[in-house]
Amino acid sequence: MKAWLPSLLRLALVVLLVAFVTNPSWFEPLLKPLTENNAPAIYNQGSLLTLTLLHLRTVLIATVAATIVAVALAILVTRPAGVEFLPLSRSLVNIGQTFPPVAVLALAVPAVGFGDKPTLIALFLYGLLPIFENALTGLTTLPGNVVEAARGAGMTGWQRLIKVELPLSAPIILGGIRLSVVISLATATIGSTVAAKTLGEVIIAGLLSNNLAFVLQGGLIVAALAVLIYDGLSAIERYTARRMGQETA
Amino acid sequence: MTLRFDKLGVVIALIVAYAAFLAPFATFRANRIVPGEARSILESLPVAVGPLLLAIVVIAAIIALLKTSLLLRLAASVVALAALAILIGFAGSFLTPEGNTFARISPASGFWLLIFAFTLLLADVLTRLNLSPQARVGVLVLAAAAIGLLLVSGSWNSLSILKEYANRADSFWAEGSKHVTLALGSLAAAVVVGLPLGILCHRVEKLRAGVLNVLNIIQTIPSIALFGLLIAPLGWVATHVPGAASLGIRGIGTAPAFVALFLYSLLPVVANTVVGLAGVPRAANDAARGMGMTDRQRLFGVEFPLAFPVILTGIRIVLVQNIGLATIAALIGGGGFGVFVFQGVGQTAMDLVLLGAVPTVALAFAAAIILDAVIEMTATKRRVETA
Repeated sequence: MKAWLPSLLRLALVVLLVAFVTNPSWFEPLLKPLTENNAPAIYNQGSLLTLTLLHLRTVLIATVAATIVAVALAILVTRPAGVEFLPLSRSLVNIGQTFPPVAVLALAVPAVGFGDKPTLIALFLYGLLPIFENALTGLTTLPGNVVEAARGAGMTGWQRLIKVELPLSAPIILGGIRLSVVISLATATIGSTVAAKTLGEVIIAGLLSNNLAFVLQGGLIVAALAVLIYDGLSAIERYTARRMGQETA
Repeated sequence: MTLRFDKLGVVIALIVAYAAFLAPFATFRANRIVPGEARSILESLPVAVGPLLLAIVVIAAIIALLKTSLLLRLAASVVALAALAILIGFAGSFLTPEGNTFARISPASGFWLLIFAFTLLLADVLTRLNLSPQARVGVLVLAAAAIGLLLVSGSWNSLSILKEYANRADSFWAEGSKHVTLALGSLAAAVVVGLPLGILCHRVEKLRAGVLNVLNIIQTIPSIALFGLLIAPLGWVATHVPGAASLGIRGIGTAPAFVALFLYSLLPVVANTVVGLAGVPRAANDAARGMGMTDRQRLFGVEFPLAFPVILTGIRIVLVQNIGLATIAALIGGGGFGVFVFQGVGQTAMDLVLLGAVPTVALAFAAAIILDAVIEMTATKRRVETA
């Protein structure tokens, strides 16, 4: 494959995505054959652009919160004072992963009501796990000689953490964030079953009115977002890995 | 002798203190959907029993707080959990007014926090005991048997989640078996297709990137959209392919859910097969070749057994994920425990949500523990054999 082809495809996807969410009516002829009984081919109960932005905002808030908490927890259990919690936190993460997102979502409703909040909680909890796991891997598999050298250079525990351990594990932590974002982008659509404002609204409207065009446009926008964000974060990951002098896989 | 505190014990003791004395233990509602009234432990249980439960949880929390032996901690967590499980049923019948069939009693935040705190203690003890895989499955079986006994004995019958169950006993088991069939059936189909595909990708390098990319992209399509998108093609198949409809292939219902779960399952199976086969040591392959093994013999005699634990890890991911995702099938009429979850959300009846969510979580949890144990057993067996 030519080296420029993937970049060109990516650029085309960005252009297509932006054109679709800003001017969906251009694509009406393409989606029209999927509808029956003269149903509208383009989602008409709200702007696709607004829903896309709200979708991204929900994922962003949840991911930022999950990153802060997960990395803080991983740092805590890898310090001498918190090392007692390390095995337990591992098993808790394993247990947490068995909770289906729908269950988390539905159970959060009585506590916080319908709307965006249960979705944020579910995405936050679900996003925690991959980031925590990767941060833990990153912080526990640092090359021993580097940490020893930092200690020998007279760095305090705090300095070692900020200047050596975190930068060295940054690529792996970023990998966890990438996984978490991709999962969250898809899971956020389920949030619309409890009235969250996300692209899931378009898909569910399509399922309820038997309008395949709605289902397709909602699904494709989310998938395109996921592919692009995945690629972007992978690029950042490779960049930081190079800066840290690590080989990329 | 100075008292020494256990760090996790401090966390557990704080949770227990809040949950036992400040948070409500049970919720009383005059009927199914009105807002509930909170009841503390002492209000929820008869005069002698309430203080007894408080004493049990406080003593168990003190055992957790101090540095004590693992066996004592194990006993404390098991006794506390058992007391909570038995007495919440007791609270149910105590709080229900005589002859009233509308009142609903459900466990409240205090109860759930106490359960959480002592499960944390139990999980910590079990992790530190470093149990063998067989013993872990044994613990799971014991726990399942204890819960089964409580269910059969009827001591939880006055709790609202079981009242929801009593109203829907038949459909509960029907949806449950649909749920399990969906999750296991799509896994089986994914293994049948994914293993050969993974082997092919391992052998033919040109195919690898392409196949894995396509499967990766499928994963990014949100589940509700993929379920919906399959309605049309399967509807077309049902009406145009003779015999398809009689096989149960329909536009809505189980068929699109099955296909969607199958598509999601392919990536972990194929990717782990490729990774597992790639991880087979070159020396093992060379030795097999030197012995004059054919490609087929090498695949089944050497590569496959060595890659098996990694492939099994992929299957574990798929099974846990499928059990969770099968709840979404309810949105397109595919059945499963999701039916109760979405009905419950629609009626804002949380007990109904729990009726769908609790078995789903329990199934996924049990599947994870069992498969983890199997993976560990096959991995250690291999290590012993190769050592």
